[in-house]
Amino acid sequence: MKEFETIVVETDLLILGGGMAACGAAVEAAHWAKKNNVKVTLIDKAAMDRSGAVAMGLSAINQYVGLKDGENTIEDYVGYVRNDLMGVTREDLVANIARHVDSSVHLFEKWGLPIWLDDKGGYVHEGRWQLMINGESYKIIVAEAAKNALGTENIYERVFITHPLMDGDRCVGAVGFSVREEKFYVFKAKAVLASMGGAVGVFKPRSSGEGAGRAWYPPFNSGASAFFTIQAGAEMTCQEVRFIPVRFKDAYGPVGAWFLLFKATATNALGGNYMVERRPELENWQPYGAVKPVPANLRNYLMMLDVMEGKGPIYMQTAEAIQKIAKAETDPKLAKKKLKELEAEAWEDFLDMTISQAILWAATNIQPEESPSEIAAAEPYFIGSHSGASGAWVSGPEDLAPAEYFWGYEQMTTTKGLFAAGDASGASSHKFSSGSHAEGRIAGKAAVRFCVKEDHGGIKYDQGDIAALRELILKPLKIYEENQDKSTQADVNPAYILPKMFMLRMQKLMDEYAGGVTAQFTTSKPNLERALELLALLHEDSANLGAKDLHDLMRCWENVHRSYQAEAHVRAMLFREETRWPGYYFRTDTPKMDNENWHVFVNGSFDRKSNEWTFKKVDIKHIF
Amino acid sequence: MPSFVMPDKCDGCKALDKTACQYICPNDLMVLDKDSMKAFNQDPSQCWECMCCVKICPVSAIDVRGYADFVPMGASVVPMRSTDSIMWTVKFRNGNIKRFKFPIRTTPEGEAVPSGGWDNDPDLEGPVLYTEPESNGLPELWMKG
Ligand SMILES: Cc1cc2nc3c(=O)[nH]c(=O)nc-3n(C[C@H](O)[C@H](O)[C@H](O)COP(=O)(O)OP(=O)(O)OC[C@H]3O[C@@H](n4cnc5c(N)ncnc54)[C@H](O)[C@@H]3O)c2cc1C
Ligand code: SF4
Ligand code: SF4
Repeated sequence: MKEFETIVVETDLLILGGGMAACGAAVEAAHWAKKNNVKVTLIDKAAMDRSGAVAMGLSAINQYVGLKDGENTIEDYVGYVRNDLMGVTREDLVANIARHVDSSVHLFEKWGLPIWLDDKGGYVHEGRWQLMINGESYKIIVAEAAKNALGTENIYERVFITHPLMDGDRCVGAVGFSVREEKFYVFKAKAVLASMGGAVGVFKPRSSGEGAGRAWYPPFNSGASAFFTIQAGAEMTCQEVRFIPVRFKDAYGPVGAWFLLFKATATNALGGNYMVERRPELENWQPYGAVKPVPANLRNYLMMLDVMEGKGPIYMQTAEAIQKIAKAETDPKLAKKKLKELEAEAWEDFLDMTISQAILWAATNIQPEESPSEIAAAEPYFIGSHSGASGAWVSGPEDLAPAEYFWGYEQMTTTKGLFAAGDASGASSHKFSSGSHAEGRIAGKAAVRFCVKEDHGGIKYDQGDIAALRELILKPLKIYEENQDKSTQADVNPAYILPKMFMLRMQKLMDEYAGGVTAQFTTSKPNLERALELLALLHEDSANLGAKDLHDLMRCWENVHRSYQAEAHVRAMLFREETRWPGYYFRTDTPKMDNENWHVFVNGSFDRKSNEWTFKKVDIKHIF
Repeated sequence: MPSFVMPDKCDGCKALDKTACQYICPNDLMVLDKDSMKAFNQDPSQCWECMCCVKICPVSAIDVRGYADFVPMGASVVPMRSTDSIMWTVKFRNGNIKRFKFPIRTTPEGEAVPSGGWDNDPDLEGPVLYTEPESNGLPELWMKG
């Protein structure tokens, strides 16, 4: 094994990740840092220009409140999120993001993001909260502002973060390694912001061959935020609230523009509209079944019922929608022009954010204006910034948070010195790209304030702990090297497990026992308990992961990260003895929603010394 | 589909120390084969088909071939990205071709000013962020009444 150099970097605020939240944090923190003599350092496993969920681009900004034009109120937004999440949401966090999100959007526009404008110069809305953009370079533009603010000398790309550095109960840095050269990194900091996205690949994807990487959520967000905050002992919330998007089947192209902008309907193979035919089912999920728009998970559920009854495939009626809009134009010339525009808009929606879907349509000769296209429920993902809610439990802002939800610094987890934003923070769904950026800004300012105001004199770094982490993190390389001669085949060896097989083993058990695609998203207490037994064996075998090079070493740790997200998820579903989000997962042994006992948050934390999890109920406090 | 490299076009980024495709791939998939000096995708099953590598390759040596396990053969989607717009050529299996051109940014590359021109300087205490309240378009930050 090649010798690894240990590089020690001392900073004040350490931003982990280079995505939307991290870029927001960088822009904000850089300003306060200059004034207060604070050093800020950012670490990304990839290149910031194209890292994270927005790497490919996006075709819409999904959160814009429109406060300046009086389009909506903060209370409107909070109400929308609360209902979509079946009543389980931190209203203080959602309101805080909502009051800052418009300014992030206005900044994006100044930085160069083309936002569609109407004849009067106003933003073109896709839906009530969504703006249409030409977003191919969205991430490049947002990263550019972050880099210009921070200075490239304070940014480390291609460094993969594995673990937190702890001084007792306080987080005082992070460790990781370069995926390009033999370097082990120790980052020492007064405050740390976890913003390394959510997790995909915990469950088996529908496509398991070459197309396995075509998950809706990007394969490069692999649970680092969850692992990091869990290992640091931070209380985690909503770990049961996974997200299952319904998208165009197989390539997972976006449906938002179709449903919201083009007002398309989805039908089953018999032509029936499940949103109409199954309306009575919504009665069982009151009061949320009655709200408009119908919560995402309930829409999913109505569709899933059709599929389970054998009424699939399900189709998005694209042709019908487009023709209807074009026909509204009475002048045939204008109608033709309109049709062309709609066609370009429909294709751009894919080309800006899911190019695979354009390839799939082209390969199957689909013309959306002529024929419908199949939609389906994807596999489960962990993305606290979208319509899921999993993440760390963080402090709200002083002026909005109920006393129980406030401990001094916005976005700080229950672990001192550790902040979280974007997919990394929980119970504040529907922040999307713009809200994650705004939340990163909130965290960036609060973390600088923490650096300035708290006493950092007593921070201790235990050299023994650092040495042990270095050995643990590099171990897969050693295991591979020492055992490769035990077999004539690199991928079949009795002494080690390769990261890919480790991942497939996790995905299979999660799929079958924890409510994946093949289990039709259902699970139960006995199934979840069996999942825990198998996860325990998987955790044990993580000690025998083997890596032939730095890329594989990253894959090893990505999958260890995922396995902790998996366990947190299973334990939270086990703890919550009801079914609350039937279109995300259905507990067959507790098939009903139980508002009397379970209109609460489920929070859990992990003790890395005893290796034990504890879960509890936490009351939901309203601010409106 | 996963990315693939056309050997007749790839020049290994002229042996510079960092190849463009390796630099940009968010999933660390593109690597340079030091013997042939050509790049390749080291794990097509983890490719997101984001085309970041395709867009950045200086000699257009990378293309994407739809995931073989669910995409029929014969189609292609090719981007040509300039400093302010992107042109897409979509070729259908049946030979039809469609072209689309979209803007990608309104400012010169590299020149995003972090403050957006709103150099406000609120207090480190309290909820008002840098650039606010002007960047919100409001005289003051929304506070709960
Ligand atoms: C397919 C898809 C479509 C979407 N469409 C829209 C839309 O139309 N409009 C909208 O507003 N929002 C949309 N979203 C949501 C939006 O992309 C997210 O809300 C947002 O990106 C979350 O920001 P984040 O910073 O938490 O994560 P990300 O932006 O994903 O950033 C995560 C960062 O962490 C880094 N990282 C990960 N692990 C490590 C590690 N171990 N070490 C170091 N760095 C690490 C990554 O490289 C990346 O830089 C969409 C999301 C997806 C997946
Ligand atoms: S960017 Fe293009 S030319 Fe450069 S190594 Fe990659 S494929 Fe070859
Ligand atoms: S298409 Fe995207 S994920 Fe695939 S190799 Fe290229 S940059 Fe990497």
